[in-house]
Amino acid sequence: MASFAQFGNDLYSGRRQIDFIGKRRRWYTLTAVLLVIAAIGLFGRGLNFSLEFTGGSEFRVPGVSNMADYDTRAKTATQTALKSSENVIVTKIGSNTVRVQVEKPKSGSADATDQVSTALAKEFKVSPTTVTSSYIGPSWGEQVRQKAIVALLVFLALLSVLLAVYFRTWKMALAALIALVHDLFFTVGVYALTGIEVSPATVIGFLTILGYSIYDTVVVFDKVRENTDEAMASGRRSYAQAANYAVNQTLVRSINTSVVALLPITAILLVGIFLLGPGTLLDLALALFVGIAVGTYSSIFIATPILVSLRSREPAMKDLERKATAYQRKQASALDEEEHTPGESASGVMEPAREKAAAQARTDRPRTRQIHPLAKRDED
Amino acid sequence: MLIAALFAGIGASAAWGNPKGQWTPKLGLDLEGGRQVILQPELGKGQTVNAGQLNQAVNIIRNRVDGSGVAEAEVTTLGSENIVVSIPGNPSKQILDSLAQSSQLLFRAVIATGQPQADQTPAPTLPGATPSAPATSAPTGTGTAKPSGSASAKPSSSVKAPSSSAKAAPSSTGKNDAFPAAFAAATGTPTGSGSGSAAPAASSTPAPTSAAPSGPPTLPGATGSASPSTTPGKPANASDQAWANQLVSRIWIDAGLAQTGETYQQLLQTVSCSNTNPKLGPLASTWQEVAARAPANEPSVGCSKDKSATFLMGPSEVSGDTITDATWGQTTNSAGIQTGEIAVNLTFNDKGKTQFANVTRRLVGLQGDQNRFAIIVDGQIISAPGTNDPITDGRAQITGGFTEAEAKILADQLKFGALPFSFKELSSDQISPQLGIDQLQKGIIAGLIGLLLVVFYSLLQYRALGLVTVASLLVAGVMSYGLVTFLGFANNFRLTMAGVTGLIVAIGITADSFIVYFERVRDEVRSGRPLRAAVETGWSRARRTIIISDAVNFLAAAVLYVLSESTVKAFAFTLGLTTLVDLVVVMLFTHPVLTMLARTKFFGGGHKWSGLDPERLGARGTTYAGRGRVTIADRKQAAAQGGTV
Repeated sequence: MASFAQFGNDLYSGRRQIDFIGKRRRWYTLTAVLLVIAAIGLFGRGLNFSLEFTGGSEFRVPGVSNMADYDTRAKTATQTALKSSENVIVTKIGSNTVRVQVEKPKSGSADATDQVSTALAKEFKVSPTTVTSSYIGPSWGEQVRQKAIVALLVFLALLSVLLAVYFRTWKMALAALIALVHDLFFTVGVYALTGIEVSPATVIGFLTILGYSIYDTVVVFDKVRENTDEAMASGRRSYAQAANYAVNQTLVRSINTSVVALLPITAILLVGIFLLGPGTLLDLALALFVGIAVGTYSSIFIATPILVSLRSREPAMKDLERKATAYQRKQASALDEEEHTPGESASGVMEPAREKAAAQARTDRPRTRQIHPLAKRDED
Repeated sequence: MLIAALFAGIGASAAWGNPKGQWTPKLGLDLEGGRQVILQPELGKGQTVNAGQLNQAVNIIRNRVDGSGVAEAEVTTLGSENIVVSIPGNPSKQILDSLAQSSQLLFRAVIATGQPQADQTPAPTLPGATPSAPATSAPTGTGTAKPSGSASAKPSSSVKAPSSSAKAAPSSTGKNDAFPAAFAAATGTPTGSGSGSAAPAASSTPAPTSAAPSGPPTLPGATGSASPSTTPGKPANASDQAWANQLVSRIWIDAGLAQTGETYQQLLQTVSCSNTNPKLGPLASTWQEVAARAPANEPSVGCSKDKSATFLMGPSEVSGDTITDATWGQTTNSAGIQTGEIAVNLTFNDKGKTQFANVTRRLVGLQGDQNRFAIIVDGQIISAPGTNDPITDGRAQITGGFTEAEAKILADQLKFGALPFSFKELSSDQISPQLGIDQLQKGIIAGLIGLLLVVFYSLLQYRALGLVTVASLLVAGVMSYGLVTFLGFANNFRLTMAGVTGLIVAIGITADSFIVYFERVRDEVRSGRPLRAAVETGWSRARRTIIISDAVNFLAAAVLYVLSESTVKAFAFTLGLTTLVDLVVVMLFTHPVLTMLARTKFFGGGHKWSGLDPERLGARGTTYAGRGRVTIADRKQAAAQGGTV
């Protein structure tokens, strides 16, 4: 663990820096590939919506005398009759009626409906004529969906305003939104690819991700903002470097946070896979696991690089970059080195020892120092 | 403190609450089961349901269910015309009934009032014969004088003039004087006081022989004794007494409540308000049900809520779909003091406002019963106050002897609009949870294991500081639990499986606040600050981050809560809740605790296991105590000195 603490220290002090921003084309490519895969899943396979969205068939088996273990029995009977392993919702109504809801046999396919009725009647030892079947509509109908989407759009609009006001630049809001859309798109894509059913519980999972993703991005951006202010004041590092430094400084936090958030979810996921089988719990845990992992990834590898791409074209930032380059060159030349350490080139942070040395070198140097290539020669 | 108060609240609710509060959170449909009601539309002959209407009904019912708190209910269609409503727990009958009611609100001008058919009277019956005049029974005292112009030698009509319209005038206006311009009025017993004498008119009339179905009901002037307009033919406006002589709409005949050729005046005399015995003639419930479906552009008859009077009313002039909002509360008198009477307050849109103004302007000029404006919900006259002044601001108030619960339900029903038709309960069953308790238990166990891992991890990362995290998480967990339990009591908030998982995740997010905070403090320590100063500067920097990120989450929660419905609404509620808990815990627990700990030798001295050991954090004990705001240069310098290890 000491090494992890050391790692944190080094990231903070700048002794060690990971170049997130400089290699942003690499992350963009990686992200693009991931998104293409998600899109293939989404538009190719499509999402597998659950009963609550599509409606389906409902069977009622009244007058059952032996209710022991009714849920597994009904489930098995239905799945066997349908020859598919789709999700079956079994509920007990009153004291002796079993209700089975499945998505597949829509009102149209009389055959399948009959098969299920017969299978259920046989399993529960009642007359097939008493088993009723009817079509049930979606409980997550058009209106619920529409309202949720409208609410989401309104939220995103308000969020953009809030972030733009807080960070005083709409570009941060835009970058955060892009990261957010990326997270949701990717997670939903995973669902499409794996064919796991999307139930209302899953949607709640998606919404939780939405909250987490923005939260995570905002935490990183807040540090970027702080570093930018410092950089603007000192002129010692460019915007890209300040942003990279911020990502490095918050990296330990990002790792810790995602580990802390992922630990309980992993536990639930494992229990879901090995003990419970498919169901609400697994649906949710998977959505959350993927979403939180991607959310952390996007804050670091997408949101911040995009922000830098957007902002480094601003005149003020270009100006800052010139100043920073000049300063850093001066430091390097003081040390009589042309090469920068990784930390210096990526984040504009000089290792304390080198900085000290540079300062020392400058004071030791005779007053008539070499003229810097960029400096104007004023005695001419 | 907060926690103590919260749990005191729960304790109180558990001890004295009604219905009793409980110490565990209320669970949702998927975990606890609940009641499932199948609703079937009540349709008249030849009426059919189309998919659009059914969907509209589902949406309205869903709104009504959600209106009673965050209920996590499920509303779907079943087959081609039924609706299934599943509500967690054991909802009261009142709530279930309210879902099925159409709640069609109409305002009709009163044309005449009458006395309801008394219960035990043998039915007027005899098919073929026009309903005879109600056989007396209890005409609220005072047989009294024949109403003025009534008797009216109409050939066909066995029915007496709408006496009351003529004479109740002075008394009823007098009664309503007391009310301010508003629409508050005492109606339940409209015939109260002096006007009582007028009502029994019919009973005192000579027995009818009539049986003249042929009687041309269109005869003008007929009964409208006191009617200002004796113009024959088309009624001039909705208050015109000529309506009384119009032929009844088919709907009454189809329902067996009237004969072909009967007039509304005759219909008024046969209305039953409390008959429950089918042998005695049409049931009171049938009357109300048919009245509810009566065409809005035709007159209608109905009973007052307390069953003491019947009304003949003109075509509907304002309808419930022009209502933009409905609230309930106590009425206040002119001095602004609450009177204790419960009212439902309505706000109309522009259309409704204009309609309302027009009608009330006309009614002000009329006398007696015709001055009254009946408010009808599903065929029942909730109240029929007199009109003293035109109401032009688009606001109305309904009073009618409501209890608080009734007023709340009515307000909710009106707010979300009327169902295209009323429903009746086809079946109502207790249903089992969809997910076994097994899922919940295993889920919770998994969550607990996960949290244990979190504890382990934070101890590893932050050493003793991890204990602060754990304690904070505990506080957050206990608070969330308490709030969820309390809101279950106060707001019918219910936890579904998704909610439980959401809470577990939320705790992870809460932990992030601490991590952000601790990392900032460590950063400050790395820069060489002494711990106490590091805690303060770290806090002031972390606070900004924590507040903005929580603000974002809260915004999400608020928007989703207001704009969406069903499960999403419940999710938004949970999110908002945990965000607030997060803020409260960090501000009021974690930070004070850390500040306190920084004063101890163990932490302040940067003990090896405190998690804040400057040496481990790469800073050497160089202190810059007393320095104010640190610029980057300061920190660089500090780092420069500390970094040469």
